[in-house]
Amino acid sequence: MTTDETLEPAPAPSLPEPERKSFWKKLRRGLRMTHTEIFERFDAAVSGKAMVDDEVIEYLEESLIGADLGVETTMELIERLRGGVRPSEALDVLKLRERLVDEMAVLLLDAPQPRPQAEGPLVTLLVGVNGTGKTTSAAKLARRSLDRDERVLLAAADTFRAAAIEQLVLWGERLGVDVIRQHAGGDPAAVVFDALQAGRARRVDHLIVDTAGRLHNKEHLMAELAKIRRVIEREGEGWEQHTVLVIDATTGQNAVTQAREFTRAVDVDGVLLAKIDGTAKGGVAVAIARDLRLPILHLGVGEQPGDLVDFRPRDFATALLGPPSSSPVG
Amino acid sequence: MFDGLQERLQGVFRHLKGEGRVSEEVLKGALREIRMALLEADVNFRVVKSFVQRIGEQAEGQKVLESLTPDQQVIKIVRDELVSLLGEEGAELRLDGRPAVVLLCGLQGSGKTTTAGKLGLRLTQRDRHPLLVAGDLQRAAAVEQLVQVGAGVGVPVVVPEGAEDVVAVAERALSVARDRGHDVVLVDTAGRLHIDDELMAEIRRLAEALSPTETLFVADAMTGQDAVKSATEFAQALDLTGVILTKLDGDARGGAALSIRSVAKVPIRFVGTGEKAEDLESFHPDRMASRILGMGDVLSLIEKAEAGLDSDETERLAKRIASRDFNLEDLRDQLLQMRKLGPLSQVLQMLPKAGPLRGLDPSMVDESQLRQTEAIINSMTREERRRPQILNGSRRRRIARGSGTSVQKVNQLLKQYRAMKKMMKQMRGGWLQKTLKMKG
Repeated sequence: MTTDETLEPAPAPSLPEPERKSFWKKLRRGLRMTHTEIFERFDAAVSGKAMVDDEVIEYLEESLIGADLGVETTMELIERLRGGVRPSEALDVLKLRERLVDEMAVLLLDAPQPRPQAEGPLVTLLVGVNGTGKTTSAAKLARRSLDRDERVLLAAADTFRAAAIEQLVLWGERLGVDVIRQHAGGDPAAVVFDALQAGRARRVDHLIVDTAGRLHNKEHLMAELAKIRRVIEREGEGWEQHTVLVIDATTGQNAVTQAREFTRAVDVDGVLLAKIDGTAKGGVAVAIARDLRLPILHLGVGEQPGDLVDFRPRDFATALLGPPSSSPVG
Repeated sequence: MFDGLQERLQGVFRHLKGEGRVSEEVLKGALREIRMALLEADVNFRVVKSFVQRIGEQAEGQKVLESLTPDQQVIKIVRDELVSLLGEEGAELRLDGRPAVVLLCGLQGSGKTTTAGKLGLRLTQRDRHPLLVAGDLQRAAAVEQLVQVGAGVGVPVVVPEGAEDVVAVAERALSVARDRGHDVVLVDTAGRLHIDDELMAEIRRLAEALSPTETLFVADAMTGQDAVKSATEFAQALDLTGVILTKLDGDARGGAALSIRSVAKVPIRFVGTGEKAEDLESFHPDRMASRILGMGDVLSLIEKAEAGLDSDETERLAKRIASRDFNLEDLRDQLLQMRKLGPLSQVLQMLPKAGPLRGLDPSMVDESQLRQTEAIINSMTREERRRPQILNGSRRRRIARGSGTSVQKVNQLLKQYRAMKKMMKQMRGGWLQKTLKMKG
């Protein structure tokens, strides 16, 4: 059995074959390291066992915690799993794994899914702590809109970090997208104001706003962000408004706190999980979906503008657990 | 929020109060709580496993089971073990050679460029003459970022010319340093994934060409379970001499510190505590241990207090507060001193949640309330402040008018003062002393 056969058909209108392939290549590349390491161990421990005993549960627990799902989410998954297994039932690794994928997908799907995009222009506000990859993600979102023949505009509202404006301007040049900017140290809300005016005048389809990284426990920085959001609400009449939280997939349980605090300040619509191309596990996404009912929207799977894929709960759960080590990864 | 270990263990041992002795089973429960606390703090599960095993052995050896205060004893064992595993106090950079070379490496977004600037400033303050090298040729505008960071701290930056690769830039920087009398060369590099063979080979070449005296792995304190993997790979590829832990001004427990220390086997040297160039501090294992266990950072608070306050005044106040005739004048002085520490909510965040402050939500403490309190006390006569018991109805009305508040507010303050006096009396009996003793 290969992974592809266990997957649901893509919910989006079916992609042309080459794109679908590249999507999978990217996700595989992204999560390859994860499963081979964690679940080989699990498979080794379980193989030859007749029943789900405490040792099996313990290995399972470690595997999930090792993927950054966090203690509470792990416990809940295992409880659910146990509920479905009769003690006398013979142990079947594949079945156990499949059930786990099911349960994880349920948690991920429980989060309200993103609204379908309405007609009219869209403004996306990117927020997050320092160093998660907001600027690179802005470029990726721009590239994706360009691919759909949309008119795109970028706004350099990170006026704080050294050379953040230059970084976004460079991306703009590479992609052929205009960047609305002011001087370093300026008021980010003013940049956003300008960008919305410019976006309207230029009949832009998608305005993407990059903001400064800020730790969620710094009140004044969160207040600044709320102000930016207010400007968008006030000036962005007629625009569909999205706020996307960018989270580094290597982050541990603090990502849940980040999601909670950012949601409190700016009413986040969903999460972009960046840097999933490492041995990064990104399992914290499951914890975020469970605790905060916040949907995961996209995965960042590389450093190139094209390295962005839409999140699909079932696919992600499957990829997170990986195919059994006995079957080839194709 | 996660519960700290203290609360967790109190939960385990609570129902035993009065029995005096702890059963084998309860100890097992305690070990389970320790395991959970560490996992929630993002310590790698394998590191946790061996840690908990060692704690179990020690707990048996030390006869925790017969102890009258098993929770305190278990916490002490855990904390001591954690401190010793976290290693020594962060040492300053070793700068042999002319120039000495310091190489920074790490994953994307861990904070290498910002840290390079901070190290530059630190060295300048220690009468060194550092030179920064922009070795991140991957990320858009990374060179420009270092140029700006360098300008901010007054340290010159060598940037790539033409088609120079990172090794060529760094080698040229060495000769620039020799020519212009710079004694330290700080090399910023591109963020790279430990599984990116090409980039890992590049940084190995760079290290071979420069033979740095310090090769520092810059790691984000919020990193999860994967910290073990990346630290291992970097340690295998390079001769790491230390770790710098960044973004500790966030609220992550920072269990990655223990994971990284355990696998990289090199000391943690510095911690990044803010976005400003001066926000780089030496690493203190005891503070990190408290943080991981969610026990509050009493030591940092004390240090902050010492830095911000007049030490004679503090000492005098501390004695006054602890004494039986603590009065409103002392309370006002105390409020003034507290205001100097910065926002009160921040101060409270550093205190442990157990003890008399249990359940106090830092966000509930309102700065404007504080100012009002000050106004009320300032509207009293000296006599009234020293002997609050003379405050009758008419005095209270006068004070309310004088401070622009109401009699209710004045009454409320007096009530708080009495409660505080009572609390101080309890604290004389122990909690604070116990907490402070734990640092030793």
